[in-house]
Amino acid sequence: MADSSVRHDEPAGGRRRDFLELVAWSTFGVGTLAAIWPLIDSLNPSAAVLAVASTEVDLEPIEVGQRITVMWRGKPVFVSRRTEEEIQMAQSVPLEELRDPEPDEARVQNPEWLIVIGICTHLGCVPLGNRAGEPRGQWAGWFCPCHGSHYDTAGRIRKGPAPRNLDLPPYRFVSDTQVLIG
Amino acid sequence: MSTEMQKPPFKSGVLRWIDERLPVLTWAYNELVVYPAPRNLNYWWNFGSLAGIMLVVQIMTGVILVMFYTPHADLAFDSVEGYIMRDVNWGWLLRYIHANGASMFFALVYIHIFRGLYYGSYKKPRELLWILGVVILLLMMATAFMGYVLPWGNMSYWAATVITNLFSAIPLVGEPLVTWLWGGFTVDNPTLQRFFSLHYLLPFVIFAMVFLHLLALHQFGSNNPLGIDLSKKDKIPFHPYYTVKDVFGFCVFLLVYGYFVFYAPTAFISPTNFIPADPLQTPTHIVPEWYFLPFYAILRAITFDFLWIVPAKLGGVIAMFASIFVLFFLPWLDTSKVRSARFRPIYKWFFWLLVIDVLVLGWAGANPPEGWYLVAAQLGTLYYFLHFLVILPMLGKIERPLPLPTSLSDPVLRGTRSQPAS
Repeated sequence: MADSSVRHDEPAGGRRRDFLELVAWSTFGVGTLAAIWPLIDSLNPSAAVLAVASTEVDLEPIEVGQRITVMWRGKPVFVSRRTEEEIQMAQSVPLEELRDPEPDEARVQNPEWLIVIGICTHLGCVPLGNRAGEPRGQWAGWFCPCHGSHYDTAGRIRKGPAPRNLDLPPYRFVSDTQVLIG
Repeated sequence: MSTEMQKPPFKSGVLRWIDERLPVLTWAYNELVVYPAPRNLNYWWNFGSLAGIMLVVQIMTGVILVMFYTPHADLAFDSVEGYIMRDVNWGWLLRYIHANGASMFFALVYIHIFRGLYYGSYKKPRELLWILGVVILLLMMATAFMGYVLPWGNMSYWAATVITNLFSAIPLVGEPLVTWLWGGFTVDNPTLQRFFSLHYLLPFVIFAMVFLHLLALHQFGSNNPLGIDLSKKDKIPFHPYYTVKDVFGFCVFLLVYGYFVFYAPTAFISPTNFIPADPLQTPTHIVPEWYFLPFYAILRAITFDFLWIVPAKLGGVIAMFASIFVLFFLPWLDTSKVRSARFRPIYKWFFWLLVIDVLVLGWAGANPPEGWYLVAAQLGTLYYFLHFLVILPMLGKIERPLPLPTSLSDPVLRGTRSQPAS
């Protein structure tokens, strides 16, 4: 339609029209991304979900040698009040024997209390050993019945298909008898 | 589709391979790129595609909102006002886009309809195109109404009660029908849950209808401001000419839409709807959303029994439904062969009278049905039906249209010739 011979200026570096086209498409692209972002971000955890993202645990009733399970962000967290013997076992293991080498001190804030996420790092089952009478595996820690992973008294992987030690949740001791997970 | 398909210029062999087996690309190319559109379309022709974009916006935000909404009478209100508005990331934005989107969608569609009325877009051979449009309008009304009920505020609840009770006016089967609609003996959880299901379903039905609407549109091509049939030389490809024009119109529309979403997000929401549904407390003044007001006025205008046969309650319901159903017959009620009001000197006036009439009805619908408001609603209703049932059929017979140009270049040439020589 338009007569292409009546173009006024066509400088070597590109035409006005190219520039306008670039600006238009960039604006369109940025605008689209900005419009799509709320749709995508709305699927992230909401404030209501984040608000229940920390769990407070009262340590008072837990006896030495006892293990309890608490819920944190919908996952089981193992709280274990370890015996002297268990602490000894965890601390005396040479690191080169471990698949995921981590000294016991790096896994506890207070040697008496081991707090780990109770989800096997293999495929997400909950290992046995937290309740009285359940098998604790060869290293007296936890044993995952799904695919046979053995964890020791520091929650470290010793045998079986799991790649990593049991994960540690973020936590801090609010007082001697109170711990805040998350 | 009346002309044979043109193959898109494929750069990729893969696309050509796909298109030979499944010609969706050829179809899209012909309908959205090379589709020959009249070259004299004005900005009133933007509103169809704008409405189409709004449908997509509503479906996209709706699909996300559903993920956070709880369709239960005990939980719905909190899931909207508590969870979506306060806790969900951007939930407030998505909800306001969706809620105000309904108003924007109706505004665009009403302009689109009046555009069709002014330029006679419903006339032969586009009758089915028009009828499909009226079907889309009806589906939109049902969808919007049920969507309005979902937040389960007190206006939601009573709107559901009043509108479903319309069906109780039907003789004999009315009462059992309403019980069936409710799934109980009053509007309650079963009602909310079926409305939720249908509110999710109907937009996709609308989407399918829009597809048919486009198919019917492209059969004969768009009407144009002159309302005459155009030859090939008076048409230009849809892309880039009208894609660009539509995008510009969309940007302007976004300014209006954005104003409401960001600066007046509750302008269209009744304050009563921030109170949870209460079956014991009817709001003192029930008004529907603005886009239903003219029909609401017609409903309430019939305050008298008609000929001792039709009680006032049934009469109002009939009048309200008839005000939309009369549009189905418009292509045959308008007896004039001339499409565009530009060449119909008398119709042009009646068109604007109809616009004013609908605005008056809307104003009357927003006010209590008493005193002058009621008189206005009754006169407005009378005139509305007079326009379609008496004026339009007669006007085609008595009006003398202006001479029609034979092509787009024609009026320009005549215009220059009529310049005085001196």
